Amino acid sequence: MTRYIIRRLAWMVLVLFGVAVVTFIIAFLVPGDPARLYAGSNASPASVAIIHHQLGLDRPVYVQFVDYLWRVLHLDFGYSYRYSAPVLPAILQRFPATAELAVAGVFVEVVVGLPIGILAATRPGSIWDRITMVFTFVTLAAPPFWLGLIFLYVFGALIPIFPLGGYGAGMPQYLFLPALTLGLGGAGYYARLLRAVLLDILPKDYIRTANAKGVTPGTVMFRHALPNALTVLITQLGMDLGYFLAGVVVIETVFAWPGIGKQAVDAIFNLDIPLVMGTVLFGALLIVTANVAVDIAYTFIDPRVRY
Amino acid sequence: MATPILQVRDLRTQFAMPDGVIKAVDGVSFDLYPGESLGIVGESGSGKSVTALSLLRLVPHPGRIVSGEVLFRNQDLLQMTDQEIREIRGRDIAMIFQDPQSSLNPVLRIGFQVDEAMRAHGKSKADAHARTIELLTKVRIPAAESRVNDYPHQLSGGMRQRAMVAMGLANAPSILLADEPTTALDVTVQAQILELLADLNRELGTAIVMITHNMGVVAGLCSRVMVMYAGQIVEEGPVEQIFENPQHPYTWSLLKSIPRVDALRHERLRSIEGMAPDLADPPAGCRFHPRCPFRIEECFTKEPKLLDVAPNQRAACWVTMDRARREMVADTLIDIHPGAGSGVRPGEEI
Repeated sequence: MTRYIIRRLAWMVLVLFGVAVVTFIIAFLVPGDPARLYAGSNASPASVAIIHHQLGLDRPVYVQFVDYLWRVLHLDFGYSYRYSAPVLPAILQRFPATAELAVAGVFVEVVVGLPIGILAATRPGSIWDRITMVFTFVTLAAPPFWLGLIFLYVFGALIPIFPLGGYGAGMPQYLFLPALTLGLGGAGYYARLLRAVLLDILPKDYIRTANAKGVTPGTVMFRHALPNALTVLITQLGMDLGYFLAGVVVIETVFAWPGIGKQAVDAIFNLDIPLVMGTVLFGALLIVTANVAVDIAYTFIDPRVRY
Repeated sequence: MATPILQVRDLRTQFAMPDGVIKAVDGVSFDLYPGESLGIVGESGSGKSVTALSLLRLVPHPGRIVSGEVLFRNQDLLQMTDQEIREIRGRDIAMIFQDPQSSLNPVLRIGFQVDEAMRAHGKSKADAHARTIELLTKVRIPAAESRVNDYPHQLSGGMRQRAMVAMGLANAPSILLADEPTTALDVTVQAQILELLADLNRELGTAIVMITHNMGVVAGLCSRVMVMYAGQIVEEGPVEQIFENPQHPYTWSLLKSIPRVDALRHERLRSIEGMAPDLADPPAGCRFHPRCPFRIEECFTKEPKLLDVAPNQRAACWVTMDRARREMVADTLIDIHPGAGSGVRPGEEI
């Protein structure tokens, strides 16, 4: 078990290194001179050159890269051109809003998706099954930005029960629509996934054994069938949570949600390369951590899994 | 004889498949008496498992019980509400299954799974747990106190089947339906499980319905046997009598196909030629006639009824082995193929 965890952690480091390499290359290939941006449009070529030098942009690429890695290892993600402040605190300051949205989004996925999946799987081919499967098809197919705009239009403008975007710490009315938009697509996916997994589990011999003991259908579903579906669900759940935490760019933008996704988009428009790189790396760290957490969670869910 | 505890009348269970309706159980009737052990034998696909599953209404989708009665203490199980049949399941009639590997839930502890059989019928958690340990000890699982915390994959196949038996006996049911409980096990473990079932049958007076394709299992455990072929009962009677003097050619062929230690070396084992019939479109007349060495013209068109052929013994056959022995040299027949004894050949005009 310990050996397994160490192996996974080593794998994490390797993946993060790969992400660092890729982001660095992309950032390097982006056209436009950050020094020019940093200095402002009225700056003289001489001062731009000085800033160019100060930022170390005149050094060879590999020197810049090694320097970058070295600083990242010390949790120094650089200095935002735009905010004239260190990148990591800027990310961490925006992160709680993203975390709130991510957790709420996963919550919507589970609370909406799982009951639908169970309903459909216990009555395959029924009218319920068909209605819910059409519903999940629609939520899966609808692009989030479109869904978000529709929600804003209907529940923000036409029937103004929710604010038109924005954020208020601890104020659920701001959270509701973005979380719904974020979670609905996933909910459709979860419903379909759970339906498929349950349709595979329900004809199993051990379900028949449970029925032969005379337990109630509820017990059969929640005690016998669902725990066997859990490994599949947890895999998806962990990936979603990591992915959402890494910043839900589109939804944060549509709802003017001040999370790291929105910040990253702004950073891209401002050519704030250190902030972009920092956000990408931070996101990668969260996704990879979620993956490892899922792998470790397997051992608790399925007693047959041993590392 | 005493009054039967279970009376099955004209049970029919069918599976609606894309290419036709499979009549898996087609008019099965029998009685089960308190404390007896009844064997149901037949090939795979003869309908013996579906018969047992039908009794508790556990037939898997798309199977459906289309008609019949299953009277347990004069109540028809087939007419009960879902709630009522759930109360019967596991408490009055318990069932154990063929493959203990797949029949136990892999993510739940053995103890929990045995407890549950009792807790579903109103026993408290503490009582159930105490009885679980007692039961596991009774089915000879060593160190039962610690084994209850094991998961199924931590037990051997034999241990798992013992745990299944413990689960089946948890509520001291009056009937235990055992669906090929030894098929997936090693021969020595098979013998232990059978011995266990025989003990329980004797000590607790639990009536056992043993479903198997193995005549040896029937010989070892059962007092009465029912032979099924293509969804119907073709012969039934006391075990010794059936083994000694089978009257249906199918039973006779089944017994011929068992290897015997005392047989002469040159005596060949008899396999039954041909295949089990397609239950979506069973043969007309007697369903065994396409494979029967002793068929006569009636067999092709007229369905035989289950009739008395000896005291307590009934068979559904136009010919019966008594006549086959007398007129068709059944005992000395060397080449057993369809129509071999009677001379009615396949494809022959009749």
